[in-house]
Amino acid sequence: MQPNINAGVIVMQNRNKTKMKIQDPEARIKNFREVALGYSFEDAKEEAQRCLNCKNPQCISGCPVNVDIRGFIQEIKKGNFENALKIIKNTNGLPAICGRVCPQEKQCEERCVLGKIGEPVAIGRLERFLGDNFSIRTEPPSKKREEKIAIIGGGPSGITAAIDLRKEGFDVTIFEAFPKLGGVLLYGIPQFRLPKEIVETETNELKNLGIKIETNHIIGRSLPFEKIVEEYDAIYIGIGAGAPRFMGIPGTNLKNVFSSSEILTRVNLMKAYEFPEYGTPVFCKEKAAVIGAGNVTMDVARTLKRLGAEEVTIIYRRTENEVPARKEEFDHAREEGVNFLWLTQPIEYLPDETKTLKAIKCIKMELGEPDSSGRRKPIPIEGSEFILDFQMVVEAIGQKSNSVLKAFEGLQLNKWGYIDVNEETLQTNIENVFAGGDIVTGSATVILAMGAGKKAAESILAFLNEKKEVKTL
Amino acid sequence: MNEIIEINCIANLTYEIIFCNGEICENSKPGQFLILQKDEFSERVPLTIVNCEDGKVRVIIKVVGRSSLEISEMKVGDSFKNVVGPLGNHSEIRKYGNIVCIGGGVGAAPLLPVTRELKKTGNKIISILGAADANSLILDDEFEKISEKLYITTNDGSKGKKGFVTDILKELLKEKKVDIIWAIGPMIMMREVTKLSVENAVPCWVSLNPIMVDGTGMCGACRVHIKNEIKFACVDGPEFSGADVNWDELISRLSQYRDQEKSATEYKCRCDSNAK
Repeated sequence: MQPNINAGVIVMQNRNKTKMKIQDPEARIKNFREVALGYSFEDAKEEAQRCLNCKNPQCISGCPVNVDIRGFIQEIKKGNFENALKIIKNTNGLPAICGRVCPQEKQCEERCVLGKIGEPVAIGRLERFLGDNFSIRTEPPSKKREEKIAIIGGGPSGITAAIDLRKEGFDVTIFEAFPKLGGVLLYGIPQFRLPKEIVETETNELKNLGIKIETNHIIGRSLPFEKIVEEYDAIYIGIGAGAPRFMGIPGTNLKNVFSSSEILTRVNLMKAYEFPEYGTPVFCKEKAAVIGAGNVTMDVARTLKRLGAEEVTIIYRRTENEVPARKEEFDHAREEGVNFLWLTQPIEYLPDETKTLKAIKCIKMELGEPDSSGRRKPIPIEGSEFILDFQMVVEAIGQKSNSVLKAFEGLQLNKWGYIDVNEETLQTNIENVFAGGDIVTGSATVILAMGAGKKAAESILAFLNEKKEVKTL
Repeated sequence: MNEIIEINCIANLTYEIIFCNGEICENSKPGQFLILQKDEFSERVPLTIVNCEDGKVRVIIKVVGRSSLEISEMKVGDSFKNVVGPLGNHSEIRKYGNIVCIGGGVGAAPLLPVTRELKKTGNKIISILGAADANSLILDDEFEKISEKLYITTNDGSKGKKGFVTDILKELLKEKKVDIIWAIGPMIMMREVTKLSVENAVPCWVSLNPIMVDGTGMCGACRVHIKNEIKFACVDGPEFSGADVNWDELISRLSQYRDQEKSATEYKCRCDSNAK
């Protein structure tokens, strides 16, 4: 315990977060169950006590959806858990999900004053605790508006926009391509990080709110975009980046070369980890390479470990200091025995006589001056090529725009194929169409997509209010 | 929705299924496909839409493994858990002139709606259907109706001419002015037809059926080099100019999950025999 001075009051403060139980690495690489096991009631209360209840809380300004963090933690201190959850739900409909997958260390927790002398309050763990253990039955809103709103894409961005707009009383319909709501939460993030049951519980509440859900609908294909634009007063497009990017090096279309999305879609959405009980297979070999170093890279590497790969190596062109993945994911991957090859870039996939990957030709890199992203730019070292044997490789280097967008007639795209919007309002070139999340920004995080959904909901509300005024004048 | 109203065995291991789905009917055009999933344990199976009429969708499926076997065992009154479509781009239907339409095996099914529409647009159609044997031949009566002339080839000579569709095509290309070829069937057949089309400087459309998972452009399993650029058959296709396709790579990738497919089929068969 360390003395800590805040607003003239000396309190005894534990420097570190209350520990959360996790599955032991040896055990967890043999199952797909969740790694982090969550707080008990005692843990939650103990952790909440660490919060200083700052007069001017910085944590809230770090939250893309403005959760009243100080407010809900004070309720936990008092044992008013349901009130605490209510406070979160005022601005965030997906607490159990965000408590797990938000990069709190770069958002709310980064700004927590406790972080200056030790670890910040474990805001994410507390949020998860509430989401997991309590529920508030959502009722349809008391307000009623006549306008119809279509939300294209049932991922975190669309869900957030739908909730906020439904609360204003609008008639809201979500069009989702897959059989269930969730988007990346279902197909992208593995079961061991975010159990799909949690996604289902939280997204089920949308129905209680009175949001209409049309699954198995791909706008631009199964229903024409023009028809939606005509039939609905406002539209929000939150369809995600939606297409895997490949480096495009020679050998990309050899057998045993995969995109991260293929492996994760098979495993997460189609439950291939329970093959053959579930009919969709997934491919895994003893010696696997995964390219990249983001959260998705860690997810794929850890998934392959669980599928039985003996040796999984992450190949990254920068060093461990530049790893873009969350520290927790990076640490978990290391604990689970994933190998890392830094400052290395694959330049060719080498085949055997059956056009199957046999080895990867790589080149060594060194770091030069910082580039536009602020990170030091990797530069190939001439003559440093070398060859490593692998039986499979998965590229996890990010997403690009899905070409199905071309079927959204009249919608203005930028040179990368993402949707052009007014940054303030998220309005597109079509007056009643708004867009946000990865399909505007390129691959980002769940919570940033949710933030965009919130912003779009505000803009749509303002847009429809203005229209209504004009009408009544 | 998605309730099966007819399921018939129309040839060796080949089933025709008609199910209800008004929205797909309203929005689909020739050349597009759909994805169906029998139940939540099943794989997503891409199938080309053969007919759409009065809210009824007709598809044809050949039993090649566990998923197709499960679907073939469904009964009238059963419903597919999930169906999404139409997907992919529709065919480039316009007036070309003389067209040779070539269907290999179950590829005759996706070819039929395209041929029908090409005929309606005022093109002269010569069709060639190829199959392993007479028992595997499908839709010849329907092609007969819309073709100026229909040729049939079987590998064993049990119906039509013994040999391959390419044998007939070779002759036709010598005798007639052919403006375009449409070929749908096994990859190897499409590759061989493409070779002939390139030799004779006749354009050739093919419809690709690589391994797919989501069918929405998300997973990249169906990727193929088209003119040395990576394209996804599900959202950029399924039809491409045959000359632009890297066939050898595509054919090799078809066997990516062969071992798993085998074990899935064995698992299914074991479950069935236990049940009995």
